[in-house]
Amino acid sequence: MKILQTILEALDSLTANKMRSGLTMLGIVIGVAAVIAMMAIGAGVQNSITGQIEGIGTNLIFVSAGNQQQDVRNPKPLTLADAEALGDPLAAPSVLAVAPSVGTQQEVSAGRESSRMSVTGVTPAYAGVSNETLTEGEFITQEWLQGRSAVAVIGPDTAQRLFDRTVGVIGETIRIAGTPYRVVGVLEAKGGSGFGSQDDRVLIPLTTAQSRLIQRNVRDSVDSIQVQAVNSESVAAATEEISQILRTRHRTEVGIDDFTLFSQDSILSIAQSITGILTVFLGGIAGISLLVGGIGIMNIMLVSVTERTREIGLRKAVGARKRDILIQFLTESMLLSLLGGLVGILLAVGLAYGIGAIAAASGTPIDPSITLSAVLLATLFSMSVGLLFGIYPANRAANLQPVEALRYE
Amino acid sequence: MSDIVVNARDVTKVYKMGEFDVHALRGVSLDIARSEVVSIMGPSGSGKSTLMNVIGCLDRPTDGEYWLDGEKVENLSDDQLSSIRNRKVGFVFQSFNLLPRQTALTNVVLPLRYAGLNNQEAQKKAMAALEKVGLADRVKHRPNELSGGQQQRVAIARALVNDPAIILADEPTGALDSKSGQEIMDLLLHMNQEQGTTLIFVTHDPRIASMTQRTVHLKDGLVEEEEL
Repeated sequence: MKILQTILEALDSLTANKMRSGLTMLGIVIGVAAVIAMMAIGAGVQNSITGQIEGIGTNLIFVSAGNQQQDVRNPKPLTLADAEALGDPLAAPSVLAVAPSVGTQQEVSAGRESSRMSVTGVTPAYAGVSNETLTEGEFITQEWLQGRSAVAVIGPDTAQRLFDRTVGVIGETIRIAGTPYRVVGVLEAKGGSGFGSQDDRVLIPLTTAQSRLIQRNVRDSVDSIQVQAVNSESVAAATEEISQILRTRHRTEVGIDDFTLFSQDSILSIAQSITGILTVFLGGIAGISLLVGGIGIMNIMLVSVTERTREIGLRKAVGARKRDILIQFLTESMLLSLLGGLVGILLAVGLAYGIGAIAAASGTPIDPSITLSAVLLATLFSMSVGLLFGIYPANRAANLQPVEALRYE
Repeated sequence: MSDIVVNARDVTKVYKMGEFDVHALRGVSLDIARSEVVSIMGPSGSGKSTLMNVIGCLDRPTDGEYWLDGEKVENLSDDQLSSIRNRKVGFVFQSFNLLPRQTALTNVVLPLRYAGLNNQEAQKKAMAALEKVGLADRVKHRPNELSGGQQQRVAIARALVNDPAIILADEPTGALDSKSGQEIMDLLLHMNQEQGTTLIFVTHDPRIASMTQRTVHLKDGLVEEEEL
């Protein structure tokens, strides 16, 4: 009976000043809602970025020239011959496919429409490695590659932009840097996201790009090579094989590579640590508002203790011990913060999904995820805020001398 | 148990007021027997409130010895004093001092809750006490729905409910009209006759003093005279 009775009594004295209790709770409501919503959005951002990176494919390795960490004397560029060497099944058994590419930004036009966009020279293997499918036409074939043909596969947004339609554009002509190319295929939409649209670009044969469009110092050089490992478990083995082959071919000094390997794994872990820091940062800022809410509770409890000095005196006169008074006031402050916390959780759910909806509407989908642990943490945290900021006022009440308290007007 | 309920020996009480020491009690010795009805009188500043606080265990004496119902009180902790007040003292105040948002019943239950009784038992005892003061039909009323006299009856029920050794009444009729004041006095004196409750009145009012068996006059922190 004791606990129930105490809680009922505390509820009763909180409802005696509904406006005051409500406003005090509001501080905690906002604090808890902010903390949970920020954590949920942080987790949502993390999931969304992780999802996008995983969408690239879990078994891809990106090879690029140069070394960001160390200075290398006479770094050699990656070449088509390097790419062919990586495709050797004897030297690199863990490698499934190799897709070298060169990229540039070019003026692309058709009729009167004109736009600057990314033009990439690729090989037939690119379609498989990069997981491209076509809505019509066909991808760049070996014949076109060998013939250095002036053909192009375009993204759906590009088709829309240049021809005002995404179907029936096969056979149309586009001009890249003034040179005419025949459209042979249209890519399937991947959904715009992150860094530059995947749907607004032009793919041409690698050889065509090298000979006509992009002049490099070294013949046959490529900007990057995407390597697909046999499966996600063999990424590590493939990484090792690629490194060995390139070191031998480039004759690099021991321990100093003139190329950089990037697997999806390493990008993922970097992205996760960035979004993790972001989440903690947002949560920390929101935590400040919870602290302010706690100070609000302390303030109101101090007022309440002063107002009820005579009541405390009477309770002591009829036999209340320090502990009884302490528990009475702590129950009130904890109830205030707990109720505030529960309302805050509800508000946070609304807030998180509201922001999620706004984000989705503006084209960057974030799926906020409110986890059970976040809710439990917030509940526990708001209760301890009540306890922490209630201790001082409650202690003050408990230590009142009955004689003085009864005399108080 | 001895028949002397209140036994004070050379009790002094000194307050510090800034730089000065205020000697509220300068050595009061007082015996009150069980079932006695005593009034303590004296002008303002005579120390009668201080004496009441010491007798009621709301405050400790600075020096001297004090036994309440056979228990030595001088050096007890705050919580031990609370426990003694809970078991042995019933207070009736001039301004009633009821909890305004609680019903008459809950107000009377209060001392029993601090005594650690379970809810059912406490409610039963509180009902009985309210019946004794003639408020059986008002148990669910809050203080603001009761007259002054009725509120003081609730306070008396609260004072009685734990079967205390003494009831300390501080100007119990001070806030009441003369008719309900008389009713309250009658009720308290009736309790004394029925149950042998020891009554101690602290008052300015000579009419109250005339209704008690013994009057203790205080002046300047000393017992000036006792009359029977």
